[in-house]
Amino acid sequence: MTAIDQITTPARRRSWQSVTLWAGIILVSLHVIVGLLTLVWTPYDPSAMAGGRLEAPSWLHWVGTDRLGRDFLTQIMIGSRIALTVGIGAVAIGAAIGVTLGLLAAFASKFLDDALAAALDILIAFPTLLIAMLVVAASETATLGSAILALGIALSAIVARLTRILAKRVLLMDYITAARTSGTSWLGIVFSHVLPNIWPTLSVSFALQFGLAAIAEASLSYLGLGAPPPNASWGRLLQEAQGTVYTAPIGAIAPGIALVSLVIGINLLADGLRDSIDPTRRAR
Amino acid sequence: MSLLTVEKASFGYSKTRLVLDGASLDISPGDSIGLVGESGSGKTTLLRLLLGLIRPSSGNITFKGAQLDPANAAFMREYRRQVQVVFQDPYSSLDPRQKVFAIVAEPLRSLRIAGDHRQMVTDALVSVGLDANVLDRFPHEFSGGQRQRIAIARAIVSGPSLLLADEAVSALDLSTRIRIVELLKSLSQTMTLVFVSHDLGVVAALCERIVILEKGRIVEAGPTASILANPQHPYTQRLLASVPRMPA
Repeated sequence: MTAIDQITTPARRRSWQSVTLWAGIILVSLHVIVGLLTLVWTPYDPSAMAGGRLEAPSWLHWVGTDRLGRDFLTQIMIGSRIALTVGIGAVAIGAAIGVTLGLLAAFASKFLDDALAAALDILIAFPTLLIAMLVVAASETATLGSAILALGIALSAIVARLTRILAKRVLLMDYITAARTSGTSWLGIVFSHVLPNIWPTLSVSFALQFGLAAIAEASLSYLGLGAPPPNASWGRLLQEAQGTVYTAPIGAIAPGIALVSLVIGINLLADGLRDSIDPTRRAR
Repeated sequence: MSLLTVEKASFGYSKTRLVLDGASLDISPGDSIGLVGESGSGKTTLLRLLLGLIRPSSGNITFKGAQLDPANAAFMREYRRQVQVVFQDPYSSLDPRQKVFAIVAEPLRSLRIAGDHRQMVTDALVSVGLDANVLDRFPHEFSGGQRQRIAIARAIVSGPSLLLADEAVSALDLSTRIRIVELLKSLSQTMTLVFVSHDLGVVAALCERIVILEKGRIVEAGPTASILANPQHPYTQRLLASVPRMPA
């Protein structure tokens, strides 16, 4: 057996896939459990001064305290819930708008398809964060809901373009013509053939969008346009730690690690799920 | 009474260039007809017209005396049940995400055909030479020839009276091709067959009648044996002359 054979052996690929999937499940589950836990319990009251200012990590405060003496671990735990809420909300809105628009464009006449494609390209040309900032600025006050809506709208253009490209590719296949000659309606073709065939790629994209949304929410909060206080968003924690980054670096490192671990976890989970739900990628 | 009649049908993707130009064809029950021509001769366009996937720019298509009308849902449901198709590429004609049962049962579900679908699908699979235990397997688990048999099972599961085959064996290796041609030949004993191909050898083996298309026009039509033995049109003569032969 050559080295290349060994690398591509299905059993090895399968075991790597399951490692990826399990690493993703563990990281995301950790955030979900912590996020849900904060609904009923936190180590300290998130807005109470539980200790001295900028305390180093200790048995009483595992990640230390911020400049107002609030427990950092409590705030990071709540940040997990906010990041998940924003990620899920923004991706759900982006997917609902984006997939619908993308499918409409794929099935539309050439004129409508071209018009939709041009509109999507223009929207995508604007950075996600800029669109989100515009939407938040258009609403009177920045709230968690406005941040979710803003990010959802910004992400929908990316999802729509991807959906359109993937759906158009599927619509060219002979099995779509066979479905038409079998009497399947266009709606039936969408649900039985198009969506199942584009879903693996879309799910990976949703995971990437989730990561983008979590990062964008942190950026919006960092700029003061995200979840307002007392919501302990990771972005706001990073912004607050900016002034004390040299004296108490844990204040910047901890929310950063939390954000990165969630984004990596979601990506690994999506990768693993794609491999497990795609029958052609399963080991034979 | 004719099963399907095409009267002076023309079709073009633009107004200036016709892909099919005034084609007329009469298909009677029990016929086995080969549509032959080079790439771009209009044979696949004619097939798409017969399937009701596109409408002729001019001319008429009638099925059992009634005008083929894609806007008439009730007519089209019966038409789809009666007219089915097998495509060229068995790798793109089966949805990779569906199991064999879902693939073969699609016409039964979509056309709301009553009955025990599992039994009907099993019967169709057995009739094309596949085991009944393949229902829960995915297309990627089969060879090209087996996939084409699944595609044929899907085409015959609704009990059609007319089977259209678009280059149905040209993507297969030689030994598989022979077996699929034999299968189509046996199916042609019970249903009408229209076989689109550029392979005169396969058409000679399968079809009693042959229709030669050149640049969207039917240039010659008649019994396969007599046309191949005595081609009248220069294009048919060129087609026959271009058939590769083993060196002596």
